[in-house]
Amino acid sequence: MPGLDRKDTRFFILIVAATLLMPFILQPFPEGSGMAQFNAGYPDLMQRFVIFGIFAMGFNILFGLTGYLSFGHAAFLGVGSYATVWMYKLLGFNVVPGLILAVICSAIFAVVIGYVSLRRSGIYFSILTLAFAEMSYRLAYSVLTPITNGETGLQVYSNDPQVLMGPGSPESTHFFGLEMASSYVMQIGGWAFTFNFGFYFAAAIFIAMFYLTMRIFRSPFGMMLRAVKSNQQRMNYTGLNSRPYTLAAFVISGSYAGLAGGLLAAMDPLAGAERMFWTESGAVVLMTILGGAGTLLGPVLGAGFIKYFENIFSKINDNVLHGWFAWMPDGLEDFMVAIIHPFVGKGWHLTLGLLFMAVVIFLPGGLVEGGQRVARIFRRRDKKAPEGSPEEQAAEQRNPGPAE
Amino acid sequence: MGILEVKGVNKRFGGLQALGDVNLSVEENTVHAIIGPNGAGKSTLLNCLVGKLIPDTGSVMFAGQSVLGRKPHEINQMGISRVFQTPEIFADLTVLENVMIPCFAKRDGSFRMHAIESVGSEKEILEMAEQMLADVNMLEKRDMHSGSLSRGDKRRLEMAMCLVQQPRLLLLDEPTAGMARADTNNTIDLLKEINQKRDITMCIIEHDMHVVFSLAQRITVLAQGTPLVEDTPDKIKGHPKVREAYLGEAA
Ligand SMILES: Nc1ncnc2c1ncn2[C@@H]1O[C@H](COP(=O)(O)OP(=O)(O)OP(=O)(O)O)[C@@H](O)[C@H]1O
Ligand SMILES: [Mg+2]
Repeated sequence: MPGLDRKDTRFFILIVAATLLMPFILQPFPEGSGMAQFNAGYPDLMQRFVIFGIFAMGFNILFGLTGYLSFGHAAFLGVGSYATVWMYKLLGFNVVPGLILAVICSAIFAVVIGYVSLRRSGIYFSILTLAFAEMSYRLAYSVLTPITNGETGLQVYSNDPQVLMGPGSPESTHFFGLEMASSYVMQIGGWAFTFNFGFYFAAAIFIAMFYLTMRIFRSPFGMMLRAVKSNQQRMNYTGLNSRPYTLAAFVISGSYAGLAGGLLAAMDPLAGAERMFWTESGAVVLMTILGGAGTLLGPVLGAGFIKYFENIFSKINDNVLHGWFAWMPDGLEDFMVAIIHPFVGKGWHLTLGLLFMAVVIFLPGGLVEGGQRVARIFRRRDKKAPEGSPEEQAAEQRNPGPAE
Repeated sequence: MGILEVKGVNKRFGGLQALGDVNLSVEENTVHAIIGPNGAGKSTLLNCLVGKLIPDTGSVMFAGQSVLGRKPHEINQMGISRVFQTPEIFADLTVLENVMIPCFAKRDGSFRMHAIESVGSEKEILEMAEQMLADVNMLEKRDMHSGSLSRGDKRRLEMAMCLVQQPRLLLLDEPTAGMARADTNNTIDLLKEINQKRDITMCIIEHDMHVVFSLAQRITVLAQGTPLVEDTPDKIKGHPKVREAYLGEAA
């Protein structure tokens, strides 16, 4: 790939393949089997994986590279969604104008918030961004009702202008006529694989953003951002004003969030204030740290993990548990269900919280570090087998942590 | 007129007069040493030159322009680089990256957004940084994580980061502290060569008299925030006031 070296190209191809094959990879269990509820290969969830992957990837450009911890990134997600839905209302259900406006609006919004918040660093910066996001949420919820439709949320009504809608135009979100909702189901044996256009549309954008992120990481600009995190004082005494760099990182990451918000509205033409709520801002912080801040793949993995928990673990209720342990004697069955009950269903947050704590304590580099440790164990085991070129080994020694 | 002219600089921290009426003139292309006991105000004086502190009164002129009121990065762009008393490097980056960053700063001024080019394609910058590392004998460590270097190596790296910018004035705050004897001698040779070949003016703070007398053409002795004497090394060696300040001998 242009701009990437051999190792990065291989890594990128792997990412592309994994993304495009998600409908297979996430559907390992046949329909109707006991494990089928752990399948995640349905369109709605897969769309979330890639969209929140974009969100976390953008957040990581700010937090992972410069170390500035924003607690208000959900504001940009919300702005993106509102902008996109407005384009549906004014022009029609083609998602392209909406996505473009989402990126523009969130970027402008990020310039304003970033300009003010970046005057401080550390905890004060975090508090400022949190305050801005809360303000945006309150405004969207009540004051700006004419723009946001307040509590109800913004949606398309039949009397909206939609000036670009012809008689034959689809009545749901589409990309030049290809509807996001359209799916094709492939039956192979007991398995059902769903190929959804909305997912592939979002996945294509995800891949493009992943490529862009990779280029940013490997660029002199990315190096400057890491320098900001490492030693801002030295940077200043080296003749570099760190402010424009941090502002640029903030705006880039805000635009990623805006794009993700727009994509959420592209899959489902709604926008609500709750998308700006502080818990959403907190979630992206968790995703990034869980996966591995400052790494390319980490935030994406973290996003996938959290969305998987949110959607799969939350569906395991007592009935399901009783089903699993039905083979046990009655007393023991009830006992097992009682023990596991707090960790699943509505209690999925508890499992996630414990997992998060375990990762932060034992794997400060996140899931990516976990993966690297496992890989190292395997590599040590087949030490005698011939390995990659000496160049590669040197490169690995050079970047023990933050490579991918 | 020297390239650096400090006139009547005062700086107080609460009740402590850290600098009292300091005058200093550094001639272009010379090595000027500032010596004095601990707490004399040497580092504070440098802080006033690079924009880390603003003096209460007085003026600091560099090459005919005032540096007061300018931001640190602007002062650096005027041509002043500084090696700190405790090494200030990018500890999370590799040695090579540490040297590349000042190269970018020199080439692009304060901000240029090059987010799409790859670092590897910046051949000119890479060559410059590698050449510099070779000059300070650190080329074989180019891919090391700079945070894991020894203290002496961190100092040499920081010096390389300053030198690669080809500053007009290089400020060095105890550049050989923490170095082994051999490294100290290498550093002396390096600084001598740089001063002669690249026309870089230097202002050096040092406790090691061997370093001071091998390098300096002029020496200022600072005690309790005030310059006691300024003279050539030979004169300073036997000066009674210097012996008094250093050894606490009764005059
Ligand atoms: N930012 C500050 N706030 C308060 N006091 C300070 C500050 N910086 C320095 N001082 C005080 O000013 C005096 C001069 O300190 P300075 O660091 O300039 O000494 P120095 O000559 O560099 O000594 P050393 O040889 O130990 O490095 C000291 O008493 C120090 O405690
Ligand atoms: Mg000092």
